[in-house]
Amino acid sequence: MSAVNSAHSVVEPSGQAKLVASVLVAFYALVSLIPLVWIGLTSVKTPTDSISYPPKVIPYVHFQPSIEGYCNLFSTRSRQTPEYLRSLPPPQGACEEITRSRNMVVVGPSNYVPRYINSLIIAFGSTFLSIVLGTAAAYAFSRFKVPLKDDLMFFILSTRMMPPIAVAIPIFLMYRELGLSDTRLGMILLYTSVNVSLAVWLLKGFIDEIPREYEEAAMIDGYTRLQAFWKVVLPQAVTGIVATAIFCLIFAWNEYAFAVLLTSGAAQTAPPFIPIIIGEGGQDWPAVAAGTALFLIPILVFTVLLRKHLLRGITFGAVRK
Amino acid sequence: MNARSDSEGPARNVANMTPDRVARTVRGLSDKAIAWLFIGPTMLLLLAINLFPLIWTIQLSFTNYRANRPNAPILNIGLDHYRAILTDPDIWLRMQATAHFVFWTIALQTIIGFALAYLVDRKFRGHGFWTTLILVPMMLSPAVVGNFWTFLYQPQIGLFNYIVGFFANVPPGSFKMLGDVTLSPWAIIIVDTWMWTPYVMLICLAGLRSIPDYIYEAAEVDRASNWRQFISITLPMCMPFIMLAVLFRGIENFKMFDMVNLLTSGGPGSTTELASITLKRAAFEAWRTGYSSAFAIILFVAVFGLANIYVKTLNKVKAR
Repeated sequence: MSAVNSAHSVVEPSGQAKLVASVLVAFYALVSLIPLVWIGLTSVKTPTDSISYPPKVIPYVHFQPSIEGYCNLFSTRSRQTPEYLRSLPPPQGACEEITRSRNMVVVGPSNYVPRYINSLIIAFGSTFLSIVLGTAAAYAFSRFKVPLKDDLMFFILSTRMMPPIAVAIPIFLMYRELGLSDTRLGMILLYTSVNVSLAVWLLKGFIDEIPREYEEAAMIDGYTRLQAFWKVVLPQAVTGIVATAIFCLIFAWNEYAFAVLLTSGAAQTAPPFIPIIIGEGGQDWPAVAAGTALFLIPILVFTVLLRKHLLRGITFGAVRK
Repeated sequence: MNARSDSEGPARNVANMTPDRVARTVRGLSDKAIAWLFIGPTMLLLLAINLFPLIWTIQLSFTNYRANRPNAPILNIGLDHYRAILTDPDIWLRMQATAHFVFWTIALQTIIGFALAYLVDRKFRGHGFWTTLILVPMMLSPAVVGNFWTFLYQPQIGLFNYIVGFFANVPPGSFKMLGDVTLSPWAIIIVDTWMWTPYVMLICLAGLRSIPDYIYEAAEVDRASNWRQFISITLPMCMPFIMLAVLFRGIENFKMFDMVNLLTSGGPGSTTELASITLKRAAFEAWRTGYSSAFAIILFVAVFGLANIYVKTLNKVKAR
């Protein structure tokens, strides 16, 4: 691309056009990030500050940052009488101190950590399975004459077109019969079945780009087909596999519809849990914001890592950069 | 750089000329066996978790089965559910709400997304950095972020209401984005547009960058005005990419569930009750399993039709 782009100045935008464009793009970017900045700010406010009017924007100027949101996210609390509170030993740690000052005591941990761990296990488990299945299938579709190849590829893609709620009805019934309801294994299998279509389509594109003569040369040198796949093709496809894996991870991490309909306790992931974090008299917004922030940070990291492959991933490999 | 067919390129031509004999004479499993060994598990999983449930849904859609009463007698009622759904004026209102949502989200996202891509393609300093920042919202969980938007939309204390009220010079408590019949359909459109405009932008950017510079140079030689160049070069050459983005967003938004379920859960009343929300209410709140199965099949047929068009467009884009 660079050879063509740098050729002439006719198509190079003028300095003025560049300035206008940069101002407009930067403005859009900053405005679109306001909700995310607000999540971060709300997570370090006290409940009172979070709902004040006019909104408190700048830490240390408009409001004093507090870890109360994070404390509340990780604990369950109950209200006590002042007499009872006075009879207790002095609070240990900053969180307990804040809780006491609200006339409450910590009665135990909240469900956030178990839900977050469920999210991690289910996302990584289903990603691993999708990549193993997807790489093998993509290699076969890329290299072999498979009967009805186009139809099979279309079938694989079409599974992704189903509205999740439509699939959820029979899966709910099926899982109830099989005892997979509200289990991590059930969710891993389900997310794998959704992600494998993306994995096959993306990885087929990546493997198509690896020249066939590499493995054919290896086979002439005495490798079997499987050895050539394992020792020649896979190392070449590592970048594609990693990019695909991150896409699968993000999907499984973000998924809500199946999670809210098919899990209720043991296997519940973070997305259905975060909206039901409530304090006294409605949602505890600093705690919700804290839970949201901790949930979004891994994705922010992955987005930066994925920059170059983003386009390919979101179009199922239709557009490559 | 360009999206192009994978069968092109000199490497592949050379590869195709390698004699089949080479592949056949090697030791170990035959290629055919490996092909089935490699594809088999994926197909089995998809058959078990996608195709089998789909067939079960079709079968349930002809019955009066209710999942909360597994022991009640199951009657075969033929096409009654389909007839009831397709003649139900309420369902058509839901479809109208869905169409309104799909139309406006696509219109706004395409216009803003294309404009942004066009601006980013001016290649000013730091455009890579700003592009990455713009892309962030679309990677986040629609459910978790959608949930936080209910806070931004709070009438008195929400940031959205405060900012809009500030610039429109109205009190921020005077309008309820989520509680008002006329505003709530726009509340979900705003969040979806905020989230997914980057997606359209990214695809349009690929389209803009696929246009070779010599075409513009030729136009410059012919003294075509900037506007003329935009209308007869930029726009038509980007069109397959825009189409791709539109179809993908169309399919995704047609089945929209998570973000809207958390923002409004279909309310107030049924003003933002999109097809998937109706389906969830029928299937998991009213437990009309047979009825909702029929509705699911109708939606699936609609999405499948869209998917077909999508794949054809996708191949056209690839063929460029």
